[in-house]
Amino acid sequence: MSDLFLSSVFEQNLALSFFLGICTFLAVSRRFESALGLGIVMIVVQTISVPVNYLIFQGLLVEGAWAWVGLPEVDLSFLKLLCFIGVIAAMVQILEMLLDRYFPRLHHALGIFLPLVTVNCAILGGSLFMVERQYGFAESVVFGVGSGMGWALAIVTFAAIRERLKYSDIPRGLQGLGIAFVITGLMSLGFSAFATGGMQ
Amino acid sequence: MADINPIRLWRRFLALPNESLTKTLVFAFLVTFIASVFVSVSAVTLNPFYQANLDREQRARMSGMIAALAGMSDIMSGVSVDELEVRIVDLASGTFATGVDPVSYDQREAARDPNRSLTLPEEADIAGIRQRANYAPVFILRQDQALELVVLPMRGVGYQSMLYAFLALRADGNTIAGLTFYELGETPGLGARISDPDWLALWPGKMLADENGDIRISVVRGQAQSPLEIDGISGATRTGNGVSNMLHFWLGEYGFGPFLKRLQSGTLRL
Amino acid sequence: MKQSLAYLTDPLVKANPITLHILGICSALAVTTSVSTALTMSCALTVVLVLSSAMISAIRHHIPTAIRLIVQITIIASLVIVMDMFLKAFAFEMSKRLSIFVGLIVTNCLILARAETFARQNPVWPSTLDALGNGIGYGIILLIVGTIRELFGAGTLLGFEILPLVENGGWFRPLRVMLLAPSAFFIVGFLVWIIRSRRPEQIEQPEFRILGHDETGEA
Repeated sequence: MSDLFLSSVFEQNLALSFFLGICTFLAVSRRFESALGLGIVMIVVQTISVPVNYLIFQGLLVEGAWAWVGLPEVDLSFLKLLCFIGVIAAMVQILEMLLDRYFPRLHHALGIFLPLVTVNCAILGGSLFMVERQYGFAESVVFGVGSGMGWALAIVTFAAIRERLKYSDIPRGLQGLGIAFVITGLMSLGFSAFATGGMQ
Repeated sequence: MADINPIRLWRRFLALPNESLTKTLVFAFLVTFIASVFVSVSAVTLNPFYQANLDREQRARMSGMIAALAGMSDIMSGVSVDELEVRIVDLASGTFATGVDPVSYDQREAARDPNRSLTLPEEADIAGIRQRANYAPVFILRQDQALELVVLPMRGVGYQSMLYAFLALRADGNTIAGLTFYELGETPGLGARISDPDWLALWPGKMLADENGDIRISVVRGQAQSPLEIDGISGATRTGNGVSNMLHFWLGEYGFGPFLKRLQSGTLRL
Repeated sequence: MKQSLAYLTDPLVKANPITLHILGICSALAVTTSVSTALTMSCALTVVLVLSSAMISAIRHHIPTAIRLIVQITIIASLVIVMDMFLKAFAFEMSKRLSIFVGLIVTNCLILARAETFARQNPVWPSTLDALGNGIGYGIILLIVGTIRELFGAGTLLGFEILPLVENGGWFRPLRVMLLAPSAFFIVGFLVWIIRSRRPEQIEQPEFRILGHDETGEA
């Protein structure tokens, strides 16, 4: 379990080794504060959505899930994409309302990131990986927490580097997006060096 | 009287402002309805092709494995996979089950059905598979009527993924003729090296059990010291342990143990 | 006519969705370890993009405001599911290699962005052309990255050996790092650099300017 956690934070980092959510990663990392906010939202949403999608997939979609009503042949797993998207969108919506109701200040700070998370492929990708790798419930919880934290760690670190980058003298064409890619590549190298595979 | 001319109704619906509740609800319903019909129709029409692909892949893996079995190539020439005999084994008793069609039997599907599988007690579930189907297919290969090979399907948790394997045994039921993995998601370059031909070539000729009949085969760290041991892959100790556990489970009392006992004692009508 | 052509050709280099707008990179990089996966992915994405843009544009006057995004995502997701099943049925090996990334087309920001910014405001024909252009522009970048990675990472192109490998008696020792994630970031970074050196108007304005010795802050 701890291996799964470590590998989902570092070696199998969703952003840096599977490129998931890279669009948001590059767009929201100009300011350290916003990166931190998005990172926190990602951890929360990922931690809830992977296990919830696990329950939905195992309880409603997988072949044989409807055996108890006499429909053992029904296999709805092709609907997983739609269901997962729906679950994620609904969850973000609920989270937004809860925050608004009980933690208005937090909502004020993080609110704008919530809709971004709905169309972030890291969230959907996490759920799809959970199905493809056939995680159990406990594993999906660990994977959800780990991959969310990994993504958050990546974007916060990246934003910190980018803040410093403003003051450096970079070749004209490489400024902005170009150097951002190169730095992400370097970070990706660094994260993969934490591969638990060495101790595997 | 309400206007029921469908065309006029449709026009009136389209003319509604986009903020209206009626339009929102009807629109949502229409979009979901059309999308679900579209998706369902494609699912129903395309699924047979997908299943055929899966079957073909499984067969290709089988023939790939048989072709790769060390020293068997001359026996194998002219024998295609279709000439393998597939039999269904009742794992609890170790006898061949009757009344199950070996061609259409799907072990993975059966393992998910509580009525056709056994929930393993935690201490016995060393391979981490949770549910074990009551029946398992075995593949029997003969040469001039004499039993030459028995191929047993297995699965077990590796480091990151479920490993699916075939283990081929000689007629004595104790000598390994070959091992192959046909599905896994281990770390490329580390755990995934268990499917390298070089590593799999270490397996033929190894023994499953010692002279007391205890299953002892295992992947060790470092160099193998006896016919019961296989060299480990450096950096992939856990995957190696997963392989050992998988073998121990499937050769033990919850796996093919009873079947292999019958095979060795000759009380099995082949 | 000229305008239609511009819809099609602008996104190729000038307004390339990946290098200028940073859209759709997630999937773009993950499937570029070989040319064949990059090619399949670009085709799949282009088909979904064109169809979804055309459909959304066709119903653009009637999409209720409250459920606009959900409607768009539903249309895109349905197309992606069918595309995924189509690949599984007729290109099985390929769909296994693309793994979850076909499904992730749903959240590819490129598609939603074209739907939101273009298809929702323009008639069907320009929307279709715009979608096609963006799909091809996306495909070009994918193919460039895929070609570099496969050629130097495995010595092959589309599976054919181009650079003779050491293990087959040649001279080329594959650079395995090319097949790992970081190389994709570097290649795209340098591509952006090349494009922006040719087209300086794309360069983002730096928030601070480093002054040379002979310049003063007030200048």
